[in-house]
Amino acid sequence: MKINRREFMGFVAGSAALAGLGLRGAAAAPLKSSARIVILGAGAAGTAMANRLAKSLDGAQITIVDARKQHLYQPGFTLIAAGLAAPEYSVTDTRDWLPSSVRLVQEAAAEIDPEGKSVTTVSGTRLPYDFLVLATGLSLDWSGIEGFDLDQVGQNGIGAVYAGPDYALKTWQAMDRFTDKGGVGLFTRPATEMKCAGAPLKYTFLTDDYARKKGTRDKVEIRYAAHSSSLFSVPIVHEKVRMLFDERGFDTVYHHVMKAIDPDRGVATFSTPDGDTEMDFDFINVIPPMRAPAVIRNSPLPWQDKWTDQGWAEVDQYTLQHRRYPEVFAVGDVAGVPKGKTAASVKWQVPVAEAHLLAAIAGKDSDAVYNGYTSCPLITRVGRAMLVEFDYKNNLTPSFPGVIAPLEELWISWLMKEIGLKPTYYAMLRGKA
Amino acid sequence: MKELTFETLLAVFEEMFGAGLFWSLVVACVAIGVLFIYIVVRERGLESRRLVRAELWAPVGAVAAIAFIFFITNSGPSDIGGPVDVIVLLLVGVAGAVGLTILAYLLQSLVGSRRMKPRDGQQG
Ligand SMILES: Cc1cc2nc3c(=O)[nH]c(=O)nc-3n(C[C@H](O)[C@H](O)[C@H](O)COP(=O)(O)OP(=O)(O)OC[C@H]3O[C@@H](n4cnc5c(N)ncnc54)[C@H](O)[C@@H]3O)c2cc1C
Repeated sequence: MKINRREFMGFVAGSAALAGLGLRGAAAAPLKSSARIVILGAGAAGTAMANRLAKSLDGAQITIVDARKQHLYQPGFTLIAAGLAAPEYSVTDTRDWLPSSVRLVQEAAAEIDPEGKSVTTVSGTRLPYDFLVLATGLSLDWSGIEGFDLDQVGQNGIGAVYAGPDYALKTWQAMDRFTDKGGVGLFTRPATEMKCAGAPLKYTFLTDDYARKKGTRDKVEIRYAAHSSSLFSVPIVHEKVRMLFDERGFDTVYHHVMKAIDPDRGVATFSTPDGDTEMDFDFINVIPPMRAPAVIRNSPLPWQDKWTDQGWAEVDQYTLQHRRYPEVFAVGDVAGVPKGKTAASVKWQVPVAEAHLLAAIAGKDSDAVYNGYTSCPLITRVGRAMLVEFDYKNNLTPSFPGVIAPLEELWISWLMKEIGLKPTYYAMLRGKA
Repeated sequence: MKELTFETLLAVFEEMFGAGLFWSLVVACVAIGVLFIYIVVRERGLESRRLVRAELWAPVGAVAAIAFIFFITNSGPSDIGGPVDVIVLLLVGVAGAVGLTILAYLLQSLVGSRRMKPRDGQQG
């Protein structure tokens, strides 16, 4: 009996989760090539690319560069910070996801020379390449919040869901205490581009949900400080979230960008169009500005006229090929494209970049296009979520139109997040999805 | 979801359960299905008394399936939010009901067959 039940449950969650990470079957016979391909970063995008290229190419030298020994399934941080999973839930071994034919250099890349076509690692090893794939993700600029230090997380009501699995756990402990006691919960997001722009909203909803379930909601005030005039970059999603925020009784302020924190006083400082202003908190989820890692920012690869403070790689938004250095591609969070800093986007980007890279090796053209697909199971309480999927045009692109409504709070969308997303993500890493 | 393929689904299930467990579950499922069909064919149809008794288990299977899915996830009946949720819940219930009915029928056939046979012989 268990068999049918589990299988069925798996099927439901699995099929639905594919929506979160849109999947595709394997490619044709391997292409013979002796190209040297260097991939920077063995996170979601780099690992998926390495596995796919290892299958698509025969004879190529594929090298992946990453100093981090642990692979982090970051969408799990939200569940850890909600007390629903342990930190180990998100942690695996980087090497375990890589095929044996791919060489792993366990160091950070320190310098990229796109003219001379080489990468130099921190220890000074030079890695010449014919093709370079940028998949370094992004760096969290904690110094962008004056007075903040990661050591503060878990004390004085300070949380930081983004900082990693252990910090997510400390954030949960702080949120748990806060929702027992009551006070002001303050929720923020940075003004830069960020990964999973739904995550700050999810955590606001989750905190509200815990207060309700514990019966302390009347002692809790929830304040959300949006960086711009909207809660989400897709207008129709913004409107829906705004309605839900009203319904749940959250106070929202707009054009507030957090710049400093005073942990002892329990005060956060925001810059606003009318000058700086302070807001009190008893609990806060600090989310810092996000930028491309220094190795990218300090290279000639970022956009010169856009996002100049953030340094995302200057790639064509449809092909993910660098606009000035055609042998360079960028996938994942580091790509300078207007949407798509989610693992779900990685799934759609990697096959497109791969297709153009293989075409370049074969001396052909590819018509593969990334349309900006981005997806986020926007949790609105423990047990319910909205499956928000959209593209560059701010159109909603539901995977199951007419079945799973994108702006409806549904249990099925929660099941996707809770049981479907991680296996789908791991299948993607293996290049099987 | 233009790119949802069967291989993809298999890959996701392998990650969900672990390849070993997933394929054992598939084998067990297939084995039970084959055994059930074998018994039905051997006996040239369903044996009505066994079927009625097996069907008594259907509601138990349905409730157990639904309880199970709430148990292994952080969710409960109050999280049902829209029509698709109700449909999914019903499908879970139906799967549990059908599954347990088949299993109950099968067990009766296997356990009961030795006891039944002499009687069948007497009658025949
Ligand atoms: C709290 C949170 C919740 C999220 N929720 C969701 C969700 O629900 N759904 C969803 O789809 N996405 C979600 N995401 C986003 C998702 O995790 C990322 O978009 C995804 O991991 C991006 O993949 P990536 O490969 O670009 O970067 P990463 O997976 O971060 O990997 C980058 C890798 O590059 C390495 N690296 C960095 N610098 C260098 C260097 N100089 N040299 C070599 N290697 C380097 C890093 O060590 C890292 O291993 C969430 C993220 C967070 C933080």
